[in-house]
Amino acid sequence: MEKLIAKSWWKILAVAILIYTIIGGFLFDVPRLIVLNESIRNLHFHVPMWFGMIILLLISVVYAIKTLRSGSLINDLYSIEFANAGILFGVLGIISGMLWANFTWGTYWSGDPKQNASAIGLLIYFAYLILRNSMNDRHMKARISAIYNIFAFACLIPLLFILPRLTESLHPGNGGNPGFNSYDLDSNLRKVFYVAIIGWTLLGVWVATLKIRLRKLELRKNEFI
Amino acid sequence: MNLSSIKLLYKTLSLLLLLTVFSPIGNAKGQEYSTSTEVPNGVEMADTMRSNGKIYVVVAVILSIFGGMVFYMVSIDRKISKMEREEKI
Repeated sequence: MEKLIAKSWWKILAVAILIYTIIGGFLFDVPRLIVLNESIRNLHFHVPMWFGMIILLLISVVYAIKTLRSGSLINDLYSIEFANAGILFGVLGIISGMLWANFTWGTYWSGDPKQNASAIGLLIYFAYLILRNSMNDRHMKARISAIYNIFAFACLIPLLFILPRLTESLHPGNGGNPGFNSYDLDSNLRKVFYVAIIGWTLLGVWVATLKIRLRKLELRKNEFI
Repeated sequence: MNLSSIKLLYKTLSLLLLLTVFSPIGNAKGQEYSTSTEVPNGVEMADTMRSNGKIYVVVAVILSIFGGMVFYMVSIDRKISKMEREEKI
């Protein structure tokens, strides 16, 4: 991981993919759907926020488990910074979703099961940040927040992927039909959407690793002074 | 990020920007519903940035904002790399 962070090819890849996403996302032909109209293009920007969030939080939880196994503060550093980036993506996802909902579903917040569930999920992660900041002992902070992190991720999966499917939802792919089949995800949308997920996620990883590297420097500096 | 990769990044960036501005994407298919490109005397000019309801202008604006953000992130990345090198010495 350490060596991969220093490499720059994946950062260039992220930038290239996102440029392609912006160009293709705005200019390629999209299916003409009622209500959605051109806003179907949000698929390349709103939805990858959630995919990116899940992937970043998954990395965070992996490092939380590593923290518990090794007790190393470096693993805790990875865990918190990937969680931070994931939470940023989640907040951006919920804001962009509310904007999109206002113009397609008629209101910013319609109490849709998936909207409510993702808000609960984010609140659980906000509590994670508050919990961390409430402790001074670094080793205790690392262990307790790692345990909470695993709990939070375990809550997030049913909240986002199971509960909304058990009931009626405005979100496509929910209310009984899982997956993207009910999306009018034609081949033109797929061409951009799938790579957009990779691009946005890599950007999130870049943001997280920048902070990890900074805080590593900070840690070492404080220990030697 | 080292210097050669920065150069590569900027090369990729500028190439893609150039490709966008002069890209034929959407032109051929866009004709059927775009009326803004039609010039009264039928003379065709460099109308790409004015066609399709000026969507290309939006794309160019977003790309320049995104380019600025990336530039800023690269400069932070380089600064951290420099600090890491100095620490090792």
